[in-house]
Amino acid sequence: MLLVIVDQDRGVLDELSLQAITFANSVDPSAPLVGLVVGASGREVADTLGRFGFTDVYLATAPDLNDYSAAACGRAAAELVSTLAPTAVIAIGSQRGNEILAHLGAILGLPVATECTSLSLGSPTHVVRARWAGNLMESAELHGSPAICSVVSHLAPPAAAMNQTALVTEFFPNFTDTDLAGQVRSRIAESEGGTSLADAKVIVSGGRGVGAEGFGPLEELAHLLAGTVGCSRVVTSAGWRPHAEQVGQTGTKVAPDLYIACGISGATQHLAGCRNSKTIVAINTDPDSPIMAVADYAIVGDLHQILPALVAATRTARGI
Amino acid sequence: MEILVCIKRVPLSGAKFSLTADGRDIDTSRLGFTVSPHEECAVEVAVRLVEQHGGSTTVLSLGVEDAEEQIRDALAVGIDEGILLVTDGEEWDAQATAGAIVDAIAESGKSFDLILFGNESADASGNQVGIRVAHALSRPTLSGLKGVQVSDGVLVGERPAGSVREVFEVSLPAVATVKDGAAIPRYPSVPGRIRAKKKPVHRSTPTRPLSLLAKQSVSVPESVGKQTKILGSGPEGISALVDVFRSIGVI
Ligand SMILES: Cc1cc2nc3c(=O)[nH]c(=O)nc-3n(C[C@H](O)[C@H](O)[C@H](O)COP(=O)(O)OP(=O)(O)OC[C@H]3O[C@@H](n4cnc5c(N)ncnc54)[C@H](O)[C@@H]3O)c2cc1C
Ligand SMILES: Nc1ncnc2c1ncn2[C@@H]1O[C@H](COP(=O)(O)O)[C@@H](O)[C@H]1O
Repeated sequence: MLLVIVDQDRGVLDELSLQAITFANSVDPSAPLVGLVVGASGREVADTLGRFGFTDVYLATAPDLNDYSAAACGRAAAELVSTLAPTAVIAIGSQRGNEILAHLGAILGLPVATECTSLSLGSPTHVVRARWAGNLMESAELHGSPAICSVVSHLAPPAAAMNQTALVTEFFPNFTDTDLAGQVRSRIAESEGGTSLADAKVIVSGGRGVGAEGFGPLEELAHLLAGTVGCSRVVTSAGWRPHAEQVGQTGTKVAPDLYIACGISGATQHLAGCRNSKTIVAINTDPDSPIMAVADYAIVGDLHQILPALVAATRTARGI
Repeated sequence: MEILVCIKRVPLSGAKFSLTADGRDIDTSRLGFTVSPHEECAVEVAVRLVEQHGGSTTVLSLGVEDAEEQIRDALAVGIDEGILLVTDGEEWDAQATAGAIVDAIAESGKSFDLILFGNESADASGNQVGIRVAHALSRPTLSGLKGVQVSDGVLVGERPAGSVREVFEVSLPAVATVKDGAAIPRYPSVPGRIRAKKKPVHRSTPTRPLSLLAKQSVSVPESVGKQTKILGSGPEGISALVDVFRSIGVI
């Protein structure tokens, strides 16, 4: 039996979690799939999960659990593990998925393999996992049972819905005060308007080569292409642009239709965040910079000359 | 307020990693070293909290003798003292690392009000050492924070989640793991560097337990061998680029 943790937020299913189901199926197609949903607000989500191939779904609730708490999710999973003895516990490698598994591993005293791309169960279990945000792959032995692992996002497609229902069982884990203390207390709406980096179809991104004062033409071009501005870490740590615009290993991972990298060298940590873009254009004075090796198209030259002219040409092409 | 920050020395390479001959690790012979940006932010958060509320800060790293360099970098931006848990360079998995950190905390004789970690290490990306330490010490943890405040003995953390920011509150003593963006790290000043040389760094040599997540080998993923089309040098490439915009449907 495989236990899959399905995340939900105030009654809304986390779509990424559906990829964890697909991955679990590929690990052992013959094993029954059991789902865990945490929080009373997840009742409707739990009721619909049967469609994705679960035989059983467990819903963990408590009167004092009113919102998401990573520790509470970990505790609920630990209790299910002790009653059901699954061979593996699988979650999606999102912030939440990874932190829930960390709590689970800590409670059970078991190792956790995050960001896996493959898992073969056994003793020991063999995993392949991404290190360095996917710039290095590791083969490792994972000892102990169950095997606890998260799957890299966007490796597997979301599970397809079928005509099937699951038995939903509510249970009441013994949450500690510490588990409950870590709940979300409130939410503040983000003030920024416009498209967010993660959802943008076009990103005009700037690096050190743009300079503190040089982002005007990038904003104009982004506007003309109905996109948004991104940047490298050099730019955010210099305070030229807000951190929310940083693309990369420790920034946002993006996959737009078009990524225009202006004055960005293409360090592995930056590429970790933009490599999956459909088309990459590089504008750089250095024909040997690493960004050139991943770009589909490039203009070699000074962005301070090229960008204003590109803005003008784009405006003409759009007839405005 | 007493604060501990845990940082990990990792190689810094902007290009594709090259591997050692046995394929078990990255060849670091020609690389510089650094810590994860998440951890740089954790250091900055610690320094700011003590500037605001008073107290003292300690930085800890488990790693080779040379990890003293990363500890001194933290001392140079205002951390007061260091703890180096010296290893022989073999990989310690997250459980072993957390165990050694918990032992070192006990040995330090200090009762840290707040223990800060990066959300994940740059190299191993385990997302778990901080949470494991919190469980071992029976303390609440908040993870993935991009905002950290303390007021009246309460840790207030926040992080973006979709179109909102989630806000959390737990009482100290607590553990927090932070992300790049939580604070812009300051650069060390020359006097800061000089002061750092005189600050104490305590050493001990823990014994490595068997890894339950044991690395066997590593590999560099094949890059999707793209054919880059050079559209031109300087402004002459512009009209070709506008054609590309048209052909992929963005204008
Ligand atoms: C663990 C870790 C995580 C990291 N996470 C991230 C991350 O999330 N995101 C990130 O971006 N970085 C990250 N970094 C930093 C990363 O290693 C690089 O330092 C950074 O991406 C470099 O930014 P850059 O390309 O803007 O600057 P540089 O590397 O300095 O490149 C500047 C480029 O601009 C070009 N240029 C200069 N002038 C011009 C001009 N006039 N016209 C055209 N081109 C010009 C140069 O040829 C050069 O290629 C991380 C580092 C570590 C160690
Ligand atoms: N060897 C180490 N020494 C000190 N701190 C570490 C070490 N390894 C991990 N950490 C801390 O734990 C965090 C999470 O690491 P990980 O669980 O490996 O992703 C890191 O960001 C560091 O703050």
